Amino acid sequence: MTDRMLRIRNLDAGYGKLRVLKNISLHVKSGEIVAMIGANGAGKSTLLHTIIGLIRPMSGEISFLGQACDRAAVGRIVASGCALVPEGRQVFASMSVEENLLLGGYVLQKEKGRAAVQEELARQYLLFPRLKERRRQLAGTLSGGEQQMLAMARALMSRPKLVMMDEPSTGLAPLIIRDIFKIIRQLREEGNTVLLVEQNARAALTIADRGYVLEVGKIIVQGPATDLLANSDVQRAYLGREKIE
Amino acid sequence: MTLELFFQYLFAGITYGSLYAIVAIGFNIIYNTTGIINFAQGEFVMLGGMISISLLQFMPLGAAIAVAVLITMLIGAAIEMLFIRWLVHPSVLRLVIITIGISILLRESALHIWGESIRSLPYFYGNEITTFSLGSVNISPQVIWVILACAVMMVGLNIFFRSTPIGREMRACAANRTAALLCGVNTRNMVTLSFMLSAGIGALAGCVMSPITYTQYDSGASLAIKGFTVAILGGLGNSMAAVAAGLLLGIIEAFSVTVVPLAFQDAVTITILLIILFVRPHGIFGSSEAARLKDF
Repeated sequence: MTDRMLRIRNLDAGYGKLRVLKNISLHVKSGEIVAMIGANGAGKSTLLHTIIGLIRPMSGEISFLGQACDRAAVGRIVASGCALVPEGRQVFASMSVEENLLLGGYVLQKEKGRAAVQEELARQYLLFPRLKERRRQLAGTLSGGEQQMLAMARALMSRPKLVMMDEPSTGLAPLIIRDIFKIIRQLREEGNTVLLVEQNARAALTIADRGYVLEVGKIIVQGPATDLLANSDVQRAYLGREKIE
Repeated sequence: MTLELFFQYLFAGITYGSLYAIVAIGFNIIYNTTGIINFAQGEFVMLGGMISISLLQFMPLGAAIAVAVLITMLIGAAIEMLFIRWLVHPSVLRLVIITIGISILLRESALHIWGESIRSLPYFYGNEITTFSLGSVNISPQVIWVILACAVMMVGLNIFFRSTPIGREMRACAANRTAALLCGVNTRNMVTLSFMLSAGIGALAGCVMSPITYTQYDSGASLAIKGFTVAILGGLGNSMAAVAAGLLLGIIEAFSVTVVPLAFQDAVTITILLIILFVRPHGIFGSSEAARLKDF
């Protein structure tokens, strides 16, 4: 098996007749943090939704861990070890924090049983002590940062090999964003692979190994994160800094 | 009005009210997982009654009811798989029309199978004229059966949704379908399950009510309207509120006969439905903000 955990070739996808993603090719290696940056409407979320199976690709191939998964149902893709932390957290607002996490452990319970879920729950509480304090509270009453942590913990409950995060920093205070990114880095140290989609390009590229820049459905630049940070076009468009010659 | 009469009406109201509440809960269960109103809900109640009456020739009452509930659940599942499961992103209007079609289909099938005659299960205990006295009020034991059965169903459903994994997954589906999908939950199976569950509780209600209300091929339609009124009155999707609203409607209906002739009893319900739809479409217990987020 190659070290390419996720591999996408010539992917076209969109909604109805609207083609949002045009001829996307990319890969994510095991143990990497890969950042996908781009403006609003560039197709970043569409890309993640296509990978996880919420949207059927129009053409092209997606393979995860060497297995083609471009026609598989969401449940199967999640069970094979790919998890998405959706944009806008999407927690189950009317349910308690612990119930949210148990639902995240749905595929784990099917495969390994209830004991594994309890074990994983304890691990998430260790990683996010805040959630343990609030385990009986309804998820809808949590603050934005706590909800983001809950969404991340819920995705991690399935013991994914690849975690995809859609705009984890949106709408959060700078201090909390720092915590979130610290956790992402910590995840990688524990051996996880992360595909991070962000508008906050600087923060994302700072913790990433490699990056892709998506613009109106196409990948226009790719390379090691340090190169992208130094690239004058990327700086101008996404890092808010005009390089003065 | 004498005190005895007052209690007599009250018990009648509670009896019918529990039935309406069960039909409304059936609406809510399906509404929560699919976002649609299943207008065939009343037909499940009719099917429960009819099937159990037919089975009574072959087996004792308890078994007949249990088998009738099971068969109705299977019919519910079959309907979902046949007419709804394979649709890709169906619109709300399309689904509603489909359920109306299903209700007509079930009613007409019942007409062919059982004919137009009015049937009923025997009283579970005693007969039509058996009563026992509660203080100064005479009550048929069947009334107690109905109230008991409805109460057990409500408590059972509550436990099911609160503390079993499948109940939790169904609630997750209702709270956020996309997120449930992302957890790996098969949301389509949850929809099938919600149809089975609604069909099952509807059928059981149909069985316990049959000795009092009788069962006919078209008795589902008026029940559906009553149940729909209650579901709206309580606020769509809120099952606990449906219980309160159901009892309220049942009691209003029962007492309405002291003011208007009996023939106008259904008109009272329809009037309440219209007033609620005009004035508080989100129900007396629902919040208008939450209602604005719903597409139906």
